[in-house]
Amino acid sequence: MLGKLSWAAVPFDQPIPMAASAVVGCLILGVLIWVVVKGRLPYLWNEWITSVDHKRIGVMYCLLAMVMLLRGFTDAIMMRSQQALAFQAPGYLPPEHYDQIFSAHGTLMIFFVAMPFVIGLMNFAVPLQLGIRDVAFPTLNSVGFWLTASGALLVNISLVIGEFSRATWLPYPPLSELAYSPGVGVDYYCWAIQISGIGTLISGVNLVTTVLKMHAPGMTYMRMPMFCWTTLAANLLIVAAFPILTATLAMLLLDRYLGFHFFTNEAGGNMMMFVNLIWAWGHPEVYILILPAFGIYSEVISTFSGKPLFGYRSMVIATMAICILAFMVWLHHFFTMGAGADVNGFFGIMTTIIAVPTGVKIFNWLFTMFAGRVVFSTALLWSLGFMITFVVGGMTGVLLAVPPADFVLHNSLFLVAHFHNVLIGGVLFGCFAGYNYWFPKAFGFRLHEGLGKAAFWCWTIGFYVAFMPLYVLGLEGMTRRMQHYDVPAWRPWLLIAALGAVIILVGIILQIVQLVASIRHREDLRDDTGDPWNGRSLEWATASPPPVFNFAVLPSVSGSDTYWDLKQRAIQQPAPSPEPDYNSVEMPRNSPTGFICAFFATMMGFALIWHIWWMAGVAIAGAFATFVVFAWRDRDDYIIPVETVARIDRENRASRTRALGRLGTAQ
Amino acid sequence: MSDETPEFGTSDVAPGDEGSEAGIATYLVGLGLALLLTGVSFFIAKTHLVWGPSIPVALIVLAIAQMGVHLVFFLHITTGPDNANNVMALAFGVLIVLLLLTGSLWIMFHLNHNMMPMDQLMRMQR
Repeated sequence: MLGKLSWAAVPFDQPIPMAASAVVGCLILGVLIWVVVKGRLPYLWNEWITSVDHKRIGVMYCLLAMVMLLRGFTDAIMMRSQQALAFQAPGYLPPEHYDQIFSAHGTLMIFFVAMPFVIGLMNFAVPLQLGIRDVAFPTLNSVGFWLTASGALLVNISLVIGEFSRATWLPYPPLSELAYSPGVGVDYYCWAIQISGIGTLISGVNLVTTVLKMHAPGMTYMRMPMFCWTTLAANLLIVAAFPILTATLAMLLLDRYLGFHFFTNEAGGNMMMFVNLIWAWGHPEVYILILPAFGIYSEVISTFSGKPLFGYRSMVIATMAICILAFMVWLHHFFTMGAGADVNGFFGIMTTIIAVPTGVKIFNWLFTMFAGRVVFSTALLWSLGFMITFVVGGMTGVLLAVPPADFVLHNSLFLVAHFHNVLIGGVLFGCFAGYNYWFPKAFGFRLHEGLGKAAFWCWTIGFYVAFMPLYVLGLEGMTRRMQHYDVPAWRPWLLIAALGAVIILVGIILQIVQLVASIRHREDLRDDTGDPWNGRSLEWATASPPPVFNFAVLPSVSGSDTYWDLKQRAIQQPAPSPEPDYNSVEMPRNSPTGFICAFFATMMGFALIWHIWWMAGVAIAGAFATFVVFAWRDRDDYIIPVETVARIDRENRASRTRALGRLGTAQ
Repeated sequence: MSDETPEFGTSDVAPGDEGSEAGIATYLVGLGLALLLTGVSFFIAKTHLVWGPSIPVALIVLAIAQMGVHLVFFLHITTGPDNANNVMALAFGVLIVLLLLTGSLWIMFHLNHNMMPMDQLMRMQR
């Protein structure tokens, strides 16, 4: 009846997961009770859970990422403390638990922190920057988000019921095959990633279509803000690469569930094929993460330097070049697997070549700041921290791209230091920059600058203290994923690294304090004009937070940096521009399709993990029924009357005129 | 969102959006060609009319032709200016598939070639 599921699946004898899940369970229960008691459930359901508004979905993506960041960081600090303690000693984490922790850390940080964070920021900002009212497929967007959340839920369920994978964040066979991982851990991994992977693919299709096909009048490709270009490139990569991941994990699942032999030791299986295929997805994946971050830095640096982006065209070319080159370097993840010198040589050279467009971008950002009036806001600090940190990470990456050097450094902590250097210093700093930059647009008030800067300094210093020692340890020969060790020379460096993790923890706490303090003092931090940073692109042309339809009248675009030009003209001619002709607006109706689909997807994943076949059947039938009901819907949009549109826009125009007047007197 | 149709890109057609004027005729022609190519593939697989080793090559050629028929008659990919996005998407897809296939074949050939034979490996472990 319940397949492999029994009470034995709950690890009652292990205090750490039980205590952690009890705390989290109480927290979730408390929030739920608070929501119900306060009568906020209808609000939550109508305004957020069933929302197909790209801004709301973007915010929910970012929220998911931040919550999962806490979980992933908890894993990180446990690993650092275990390695600090486990010198000639067992430490406090037994090996089978430690293996689950590093597997969960990698899985969570890539799939459920970095991915939702960049997708959330793209979802939020891109339609506003393009000057349109919504994405191409609003309901599909909601389905994509909820499927991602469903995958995150499955990974977290594994904490309490059963176990998580011990086969690292990319489950290499033969370790991940049934013979060597007979438990449900790898199944949890595979189904969580399959479900959230479909969500990511859906989101990719949606954003590619949005950027290619939906623009405000006059917004040609070469007038799009840089972030739209990097969004296009990243989502093209998603559409091209995620099917490879899905197919590869499907083959692994066939091996595990139906006795196939794609990657097994015996019967003609070839485990090297798994490594080849997973990195054919895995390398584009790192560019899927970093390209949107590059876009965010471009927006932030140009805004806070008060100058248009230097070398816009070269930036576009570099982005699209990376988009193609990303598919030509994947072997550098397994130089040591034994390909011949010409194969290794080719991929080593390609890897070095891909550093060139990235270098172009760094110089473009430097020249954007050059001779500009740079405002050192929190978002700009994150961008500066990125430029320095990422160059260090890029250099060690080019070093690792040399096959002979890689043979020495492969699988060592040098590699761990390198990819944290580019992922934290590149992707995460970018997400934080975007979070500080677009927060006032999303909620109508700024984040506290002082606390934000303090958090930045803790993160940056903590990053260097935590990861520079790992470079040294890698050169001293320490391999990654060690539960304990006996080499006295490594001990001091691991203690320093643990200290770094603590400094980062302070940074995270400061970020939480920043959020809480900003909400409490929101009236002081209020942004009436919709343009708190003196911005350049169209998202700053509407109110903060934007009305559900984004723009009362679609903006007409006649050049790049549209909103900047508009402001310059307005300052020269202080007479208010004539009121536009308002029309009623059609917007898509909210739909619970995404939430219900994800409910059934979670149920299906859970049932398949525990071999509860009847439940899997029910879930698949339910998901299909949801799809049929949605496909046969009668109406999918509603009309916002012209009076409402005019009223909302007049308020915004009035506050903008006041702000312009203040600006005029100030000059 | 009728009033938000962008002026730009409106000339583009989505696959299958040609409307009814394309008519059922093209679909029938496509179906005929597809069936013909399928039939020829089955015929050539066991024929003795052509030189034996050329049969796999012929099958590959027929398969590619089959793809072409599907693209032209069923997905309506044309070279017209209204199809720029579709052609670009197709080109990108083909490029990625080619990179992945040739790259994987090249890599896997090398990896298998450089694997130590099993008996030697066993001897080393002893």
